[in-house]
Amino acid sequence: MAELTYRDAVAAGIAQEMRRDPNVVFLGEDVAHAGGVFKATVGLLDEFGPLRVRDCPISEQAILGAAMGAAMTGLKPIAEIMFSDFLAVCWDIIANEMAKMRYMTNGQVTMPVVIRTANGAGSRFGAQHSQSLENWAMTVPGLKVVAPAYPADVKGLLAAAVRDGNPVVFFEQKSLYSMKGEVPDGEHYEPLGKAKVLRRGRHCTIVALAAMVHRSMDAAEILQREHGIDATVIDLRCLVPLDTQTILAEVARTGHLITVEENPRLCGWGAEISSIVTEECFWDLDGPIIRITTPHIPLPSADALEDATIPSVARIVETVRTRLG
Amino acid sequence: MSAIPKAKKPAFEIGRETRLDLFRLQLELRMCEKRAFDLFLQNMIKGTSHLSLGQEAIAAAFGVAMKADDYTFCTYRGHAHTLARGASMTGVLGELMGRECGLLGGKGGSMHLTDVEKGVMGSYAIIGAHLPIAAGAAWSAQYRGTKQVAVCFFGDGTTNIGAFHEALNFSVIWNLPVVFVCENNFYMEYTPIRSVTAVDAPAADRAAAYGLPSIIVDGNDADIMYETAMAAIDKARAGGGPSLIEARTYRHSGHSRADPAKYRPEGELEEWLKKDPIPTYRERLLRLGFSEGTLKGIEEDTQRKVDEATTAAKASPVPSLDVIDKDVWADGSTAWRN
Repeated sequence: MAELTYRDAVAAGIAQEMRRDPNVVFLGEDVAHAGGVFKATVGLLDEFGPLRVRDCPISEQAILGAAMGAAMTGLKPIAEIMFSDFLAVCWDIIANEMAKMRYMTNGQVTMPVVIRTANGAGSRFGAQHSQSLENWAMTVPGLKVVAPAYPADVKGLLAAAVRDGNPVVFFEQKSLYSMKGEVPDGEHYEPLGKAKVLRRGRHCTIVALAAMVHRSMDAAEILQREHGIDATVIDLRCLVPLDTQTILAEVARTGHLITVEENPRLCGWGAEISSIVTEECFWDLDGPIIRITTPHIPLPSADALEDATIPSVARIVETVRTRLG
Repeated sequence: MSAIPKAKKPAFEIGRETRLDLFRLQLELRMCEKRAFDLFLQNMIKGTSHLSLGQEAIAAAFGVAMKADDYTFCTYRGHAHTLARGASMTGVLGELMGRECGLLGGKGGSMHLTDVEKGVMGSYAIIGAHLPIAAGAAWSAQYRGTKQVAVCFFGDGTTNIGAFHEALNFSVIWNLPVVFVCENNFYMEYTPIRSVTAVDAPAADRAAAYGLPSIIVDGNDADIMYETAMAAIDKARAGGGPSLIEARTYRHSGHSRADPAKYRPEGELEEWLKKDPIPTYRERLLRLGFSEGTLKGIEEDTQRKVDEATTAAKASPVPSLDVIDKDVWADGSTAWRN
């Protein structure tokens, strides 16, 4: 086991896949010579050269269009969109083109492409560089959606995304880039669509994603220590495919479900999980499902304001304590 | 409407077999599009369709000029470009009619014709989207060293969307083997292109911004189009990078099935019908010494082919409902949860 930062795990994951498959190529803005604005792709140009690691103009439609055309004709591109907010300027290529091409053509085409993007708040960048947009991608049939919380999962899930053969939107939480964690040595692969139970409790099930996983874990410690509430915490890791069996089993065992979502309230992923749980294990519930989300507002910039909008450890503790108490 | 520059003397003589191929293919596209129109009127084809009637010389010339493993990228007005690569006519008509024999098994429809085995890498119904995608296929060919060329067809209206400009810049800086072919039929849907565009030649006048030569050609002349196609494809294959071609043409029908094209000034269609690419090409072939019997034979064969394709498509059943739940993912499934 080596200790890597989340950002180093990105580079390690890309490098692992580029070493094992010469058809894996990587493109994006400032990704080659500069090593990425978050320094998550440092060293790739040196190892793989300018034909496989390519700097692009500020042309997000061209970047993803090129990735798609290459994916349809034998390559396995990894494309970086610097901030997930910029997905909006190339959403046509993602939602109308990549996601639909295989289905529309009756299976003539496969689309092995990974779109990596820095997602989420915590950097005080304001409403156009801090959004948590995983729920956008989740609504489009034909897209897989991944959002790792730990360096090991960054590397392992990136490997799975590259090898998956489908369009995968890979959301990296930008506030986690400097976080360190153990990453297995050698080749590392984590299958898509498997949630991870990080701790198992008796009283409630907290389901979280990306940065909210860490806050939920911290909250669970406090809930146990100070309030005697023993919580399960599930790291979803992927929204599509969605590991509903793990969720349903834990909810059935604990009787309570709390989702902790960084995305704004309306149609956040927790709403879909809430709907599934209500339909499929309603009689196992001992109380209403609780969704803890960012309010339905554009994100404010100032640290005091941003901190007050994103679900915090204190808000998770307080909400769970008062609703379950 | 700006004039089309006089054609330069061709760099090579077009062979007699090639000329017959150009004639045959133009006819095939024309007759199949007419049949599609008839089938609409009979309500055998649902949804929408965008016909290439009047514009066939461009698709036919590229169809003849391209190699079997080159890539074609079409717009929603893509029946002709798909057929021009040798896609099954029964498959095209069947797809328009929503039958099992359709190229896409009924899952795509008129605007998304695709035949990967024939190099037709899709028809795209969002204006501009397929220009960067074609650039990507060209990048892939360049990376794999296969000498394949990607050809991307689009209309004059596409020159005003961002993806057009992004794709051109991108293709030039990466020196990609891609040929962008603007079919300027002078109308973006229902509006004259000149009234919504800053320059007179919507594609060619933008070429200089990307360091490309301005190329305007008569899109109703199959010989000129063939020479133009060969030059651009050869350049791309030899590593000379992308081309942007503006081919001037005119659609004889409206934008889509829903459009009677009443916005066109009186007499304009009649003027263009005098320049109809197919009768004019036929006259040229006669002047060049091809016999009336040869041409008549091609016409009869082509009509028979269209009739047979129509009969076969009509005989095909509607798709099995099983296909609804197939092929979202590469493993053939549609599952999003366990």
